[in-house]
Formats: sequence, C-alpha cells, structure tokens
Amino acid sequence: MSTAVSEIDQVKTTPWAGGHSPFKVEYGKLMMWFFLLSDAFTFSSLLIAYGALRFSAQTWPGADKVFQSVPGMIESGAPLVFVGIMTFILILSSVTMVLAVEAGHRNAKKEVTWWMIATVIGGFLFLGCQALEWTHLHHEGFWWGSIPGKEKLAEFFDLKAAGVNEGTMALSGQQFANLFFTITGFHGFHVFTGVIINIIITINVLKGTYEKRGSYLMIEKVGLYWHFVDLVWVFVFTFFYLV
Amino acid sequence: MSAETPHIHAEGEHGETLTKGGIVKVLVILLAITAIEFLIALYLAPHYAKIKEYANPVYILLTLFKAYYIVAFFMHLKFEKTSLIYAIVVPTLFIIGLILVLTNESHYWFQLRF
Repeated sequence: MSTAVSEIDQVKTTPWAGGHSPFKVEYGKLMMWFFLLSDAFTFSSLLIAYGALRFSAQTWPGADKVFQSVPGMIESGAPLVFVGIMTFILILSSVTMVLAVEAGHRNAKKEVTWWMIATVIGGFLFLGCQALEWTHLHHEGFWWGSIPGKEKLAEFFDLKAAGVNEGTMALSGQQFANLFFTITGFHGFHVFTGVIINIIITINVLKGTYEKRGSYLMIEKVGLYWHFVDLVWVFVFTFFYLV
Repeated sequence: MSAETPHIHAEGEHGETLTKGGIVKVLVILLAITAIEFLIALYLAPHYAKIKEYANPVYILLTLFKAYYIVAFFMHLKFEKTSLIYAIVVPTLFIIGLILVLTNESHYWFQLRF
C-alpha cells in the first residue's frame, strides 16, 4: 500500500495556510497588541473630542497660566516645570522596563527583578505627581462641573484676545476642567493598573515562575502595556500642556 | 521547525533586539525631543511671534517622532514581522478620519455658537 499522502491531506507549513502564525509572535503578545490598538482608539477619541471642543471655543485657558506651580515648592511663575518632571519620570520608567525585557532575554532573574522594581517605583512617583497636580488644580477651584470664581478664573485667560468675556471664559473653563480631569484621569487609571500588573509580575519573577517556564516573555507583554501608557502620556502632554 | 510543532518559539527567532547601547540612544533621542519642545514653549514662542505662529504643528510633529521611537524601539514593533507591523499600524489610520470629521464639525459648531 502506498504511503503517499494525497495533496489535500498534506500538512500546510506556510503562513496564511495554517502552517504557522503569519505574525510570528506568541498568542498572548499578539492579543496584547490588539488590545493596545483598541485602547489607542479610545484615547484618540477622547483627545479628538477635546480638540473639537477647543476648536469650537472662542477662548481657552492658557497652559502656561494654569500649570505654573511646582506643588509644595514654587507657587507660581514656573510654567511646565512640574509636568516636565512627570514626563521625565515616565520616560525613565519606560527605559527601566526595556532594560527588564533585555535582562529577560538573557534569563537573568536578578536583573529582571531589580529593573521591574525600578519600573514600579517610577510608576508610583508618576502617580504621586499626578495626585499633587490634581490637588493643586482642585484647590484653584477646578473640578468636574466646577470652576474658580470670576476673578480667579480670569487669571487663566489672555484677556486681550478677541471674544474673551465672562460667558466665554466660564464656558471654556468648564470644558477645560472636565476634559483635563477625564483624560488625565483615564491615563492615570492606566498607569495605576500598569503598576499593579508590574507588581504582580515582579512577584512572579521572584517566585521563579518564568524561570521554570524557561522564558521571560511575560515581561515583554506587560512591557508593551507600560510603554503604551508612556506613549499616551506623550500625546496628553503635547495637547494639554504645549498646544 | 518541523510541521508537527507549529507553536512559536517566542524569543531568539527574530534575532534583532535592542541592546543596552540602543536603549540609551533612544532615551537620549526622547529626552532631546522633549527638551526642544520645552525650549520652544518657554523661550522661543513667547519671544518670537513668527515661531509662536508655527509652534503647534511643530509640537505635533515632534510628538509623532517621539511616538515613533517608543513604538518602534521600546515596543519593538520595528523588528516584528511585516504582517504584524501592518496589522497594528494600518488600523490607526482610521484615527485620521475622525480627526478630519471632527475638526470640520467643530468649525460648524463655532459658527453656530458665536
């Protein structure tokens, strides 16, 4: 009897024919990418809504006027300094995460542990800064659905520009407050969950879960999430603090 | 790889990864771009009207550069298979559609309100 397999029964080996994944990444990592893609749409929708409301407004609070304090140190006159520190922290914690991934490729458990701990610390520092920033704005009178009194509010606007009056300032000030707390809050929530996930993964590293598994691929997956949080911050920073 | 084991060996197959030197290089680029943004926002834009006029598009361009370096190198997408790169990058083009629609709409809102 012939052992030849008919053509249709032959095992397919090429990608797109079911032989192996055309993406050549592990399932969980591919799903992380697709989740991040959907999350990118969510954040873009929020930021584009912010853009649309700002484009349709007569005036808008000046970033250099709203954000000019370093909580606990400088009361005013230092625009962008505090957010600069926050950006620096987040970029650095992204770097420590890449270093953890790099150590994972070499199966160096000790190095992975330390870089993961550094990343968690960076995450907590960022969250602490954001809490200070929120508290500061809240004390100024901004919150969801509330704005500072007339005189205080006028400090945040360029009063010489056309179309600036009490009505437009109140409208734009309120829109600014709602959008700022919603978008930085949603980002901060991502940072928070990222820190929690990083802590869980660090515990697993310490327990030797990935050593037994023979691969530190999980570090790469949470790394993707963490870098995405940094990526979103780059955009939030530009659109709330620079533009 | 034999046909019986179609699962993916995650690492070591796509040999190119980021070395420590490469990581530092990307960090320097990201910090430099951020420094340029601060330079424009704090010194150039307040003093030169011409620069202030073009500041926003420059900020957005610099932000996109930063986004590229984060996604390509930190998230390693540049070294993945072309099909994965396209699967992630092409759908984000829908975002451009939403930007066009809503900026157009926002100008209409402006006309309605003021």
